[in-house]
Amino acid sequence: MSNPESLVAIQNSFEPKIVAFFCNWCTYLAADLAGTSRIKYAPNIRVIRTMCSGRVDPQFVLEAFARGADGVLIGGCHPGDCHYQEGNYKTLRRVRMLRRVLREMGIEDERFRLEWISASEAERLKVAVNDMVEKIRALGPLRLEIKAEHFPEEVAA
Amino acid sequence: MTKPAAVPKNPKPKVAFYWCASCGGCEETVLDLDERVLDVVAAVDIVFWPVALDFKRHDVEALPDGSILAAFVNGAVRTTEQEEMAHLLRKKAKVLVALGSCAQLGGIAGLANLSSREGILQSSYCESPSTVNAEKVFPQTLYKENGYSVSLPGLFETVCSLDQVVDVDYYLPGCPPTPKLLWDAVHVLLGGELPPKGTVLAPDRALCEECPRKDTRPEKLTLKEFKRPQDAVIDEATCVLAQGVVCLGPATRSGCEALCPQGNMPCTGCFGPTSRVRDYGAKALSAISSIIDSNDPEEIEKIVHTVPDPVGTFYRYSLPASLLRRKKIDEALKTK
Repeated sequence: MSNPESLVAIQNSFEPKIVAFFCNWCTYLAADLAGTSRIKYAPNIRVIRTMCSGRVDPQFVLEAFARGADGVLIGGCHPGDCHYQEGNYKTLRRVRMLRRVLREMGIEDERFRLEWISASEAERLKVAVNDMVEKIRALGPLRLEIKAEHFPEEVAA
Repeated sequence: MTKPAAVPKNPKPKVAFYWCASCGGCEETVLDLDERVLDVVAAVDIVFWPVALDFKRHDVEALPDGSILAAFVNGAVRTTEQEEMAHLLRKKAKVLVALGSCAQLGGIAGLANLSSREGILQSSYCESPSTVNAEKVFPQTLYKENGYSVSLPGLFETVCSLDQVVDVDYYLPGCPPTPKLLWDAVHVLLGGELPPKGTVLAPDRALCEECPRKDTRPEKLTLKEFKRPQDAVIDEATCVLAQGVVCLGPATRSGCEALCPQGNMPCTGCFGPTSRVRDYGAKALSAISSIIDSNDPEEIEKIVHTVPDPVGTFYRYSLPASLLRRKKIDEALKTK
């Protein structure tokens, strides 16, 4: 890894892995619409459909990062449009608090994103995903290194 | 013909206590059993207890494997010595109990995972205002002089909970656990009918359930601002969270009999999560931020910032056992 050439090679071949939690009533349909309208966007997101963006427990976000995601995207209904009245507001409040925790844990803001995307906004979805992928590509892999398994080597220093 | 020395038919079961990275508060719990500690001593042989008795490590090493009924280990694991002792006690004990928040979840000591080892050593041995260390002397794991050598345990980069190092059978939560929980646990272990492995030996409900203030908790609780206990005059009878002070009772396991609310302070979450929750801090964060009384992004941002230290608030006792476990290491090295 210390060899600069191999580092450049890794960055060039790096494809960000992004876990996307999409609300069943809006962003998931926008992704559907993007498909039927043949709108192309970066293939780096793995979509998980939830019934509401409010269903996205902060634990889901942390687990995605812990298991190797380079970014997490949450897609929900525009304010006022929530199928369940105020699920998206709860998401907004949690996301704002969670972002501060992630920052303190050394995870950059660009890796965690909340977007309001309605069922008709396939174009907006495309722009958001492409933008996120490019920003994370520039940051490089997240590389959450948990060194607990390597006790002996650690102490040698 | 001489009779062989009388061997008691049922030799008393052996119990060991050990402390890793801890403050000693969990040892207090044992002492807080008061006179009942005599009953414990009558029922068991304490074969190892560095804080109180003069047994050494080689005494434990001399015991046959599995000969200790139960070893109670408190404290997080952050040095090579603690790791070795954890493995040794695991080998010698039938049942290994993680005693207290630090052993169960990493505890206060686990907040060191927001820094790097390098940063901690720099801060402790060079930068703190009370330190004079012009020669920049740091602790060494091995030091040789005149043919003699002395050694110190090494410090890990990342603080671990006990079960991240060895297999743990039971957990006693709390900072520290209450004497009642310890007393009950000793009885369970001596009774022989052991609960399933991995059980947390405390009720599996949220703290609010046993809080004497629970009836004053409003049906719909929303807040425009979070207050810290030192900035608020807390009414002694009503729900602490409803008064705007961050109380983690809704996300925390019960079993302490709401000691902090009874002392007119908010719950800070030392009993950790209930069995349905993987990451305590995330769930506490979720519960607290959901009750913010605003739908306006800017106002929400303002209210969110009335919690000055989210990691220290929500992960106060559980950072090493959380999903992320530590601050990303290269970032930690940057900031020290």
